[in-house]
Amino acid sequence: MNVLLDNLDLYASAFVGTVKLFLVAAVGSIVGGMLLAAMRVSPVPVLRAFGAGYVNIVRNTPLTLVFFFFAFAYPRLEIVDLSFFARACMALIVYTSAFVCEVVRSGVNTVPVGQAEASRALGFTFGQTLGTIVLPQALRSVVPPLTSVEIALLKNTTIAAGFSVFEAGGIYQNLSERGYNVLVGLLWVAVGFLILVIPLTLLQRNLERRWSVSR
Amino acid sequence: MTAVLYDAPGPRAKRRNLLLGVVGVAALVAVAGFVVYRFAVTGQFEPDIWQWILYKNIQLLLVDALLNTLRAFAVAAVLALVFGAVLAAGRLSDHRWIRGPATVVVEFFRAVPLLILIFILYFGVSRGLGINISAFTALVLGLMLYNGSVLAEIFRAGVASLPRGQSEAAYALGMRKTQVMTNVLLPQALRAMLPTIVSQLVVVLKDSALGFLILYPELLYQARFLGSQGQLGSPILPVAMVIAAIYITMCLLLSQFAHYLERRTRRTRRVDPAAPVDDTAVEMEQIRAATP
Repeated sequence: MNVLLDNLDLYASAFVGTVKLFLVAAVGSIVGGMLLAAMRVSPVPVLRAFGAGYVNIVRNTPLTLVFFFFAFAYPRLEIVDLSFFARACMALIVYTSAFVCEVVRSGVNTVPVGQAEASRALGFTFGQTLGTIVLPQALRSVVPPLTSVEIALLKNTTIAAGFSVFEAGGIYQNLSERGYNVLVGLLWVAVGFLILVIPLTLLQRNLERRWSVSR
Repeated sequence: MTAVLYDAPGPRAKRRNLLLGVVGVAALVAVAGFVVYRFAVTGQFEPDIWQWILYKNIQLLLVDALLNTLRAFAVAAVLALVFGAVLAAGRLSDHRWIRGPATVVVEFFRAVPLLILIFILYFGVSRGLGINISAFTALVLGLMLYNGSVLAEIFRAGVASLPRGQSEAAYALGMRKTQVMTNVLLPQALRAMLPTIVSQLVVVLKDSALGFLILYPELLYQARFLGSQGQLGSPILPVAMVIAAIYITMCLLLSQFAHYLERRTRRTRRVDPAAPVDDTAVEMEQIRAATP
């Protein structure tokens, strides 16, 4: 217990770092994933092909490799000098967007074509079809799996700690410098993540149960 | 072609789509061109920075690293499947004193980030308890605990997705609990879940790259090593590109295999309506398994 209490400042700042990284990457990945999904369902073949290619490649790339690129290789390109935090955000966004895209796309695809056809037959415009018919139905099947993707993102932020020390995964290095028991310290980190992840998991299951569409 | 969002295009929509296509291509080419330009300006295409690829020692080093990656993947995959099967059996048990602990174990290992698990095994146990654990063991155990828990959920969802009539009929025939499970439920559940299980193995392969962070000498570790060699011109970008190609090819092949299995199970299912499987449950589980 005193490993936690003696180093409360360390834990607090590290978990604030984790949450910051998570929030920025979550918003970024949802925006990026929506854009990719819009490409993947668009009537333009080139954009569809690009979206499909991006998703296929990124989903089969280890996140560690993406981080590796942004941590070590990106500075060599001398484009813009970014802080490690910004590069970690970019790595997480590049990676997670592909998963968000798949969730959104399969959510849109769960809406039967007849729904859109019926609304077109009733004279609804594209915006009305999208806003009042398709999206409200798609949302129900998107949000629960989207929550699991973002939970995975929260856990993936720890990989940033392997490349630099500013968030919860990096606590052990500071602790061993201060001479505390690393095992106990790391177990507290695990507990911290349980506290962050479990409410989200419960929320996700609740949404899944309440929002599941019976077709 | 009519999709949910778009009707079959008329002449105006066709023109608009063409315009969008041209603009989209232009934007993509511009981005790709900028990246290639930066590569060229910073000298990443110079011949001497690619010289390392011709050295035999380095080729052998990379093959060795690849074998290390594959070894960790193979051992972790087998252990995860066994661990997952045991946990799934526990979660499906009728006895609360088995089901409870199994549920806690599954939930715990799914909620804790894999890297933290590996750090606990590697740094925590060795420095905290004084037990020496090699990087390989820590990596494999971490992968086993995390992916085993996910696989347990996949197995369980597979069994749960079967129509209840299957087990009712088996019980009515006088089968015992174990017989119902091994002779009736598991064969069907495994067939339905096989694509998802293979997708989860892709995750194992991808996550084996985490070994880099505890200095297990796999592909990324050697890439970092080669990339910092001054006498080779510090070729971190060329090495990273080669390593990325290796990783992505391996994972894509495994994913393709999962796709192939999925198509195959789908095809037979259509022919054989006697074994209906709850598609939505399977699909949701696939989406969940595909999450990183």
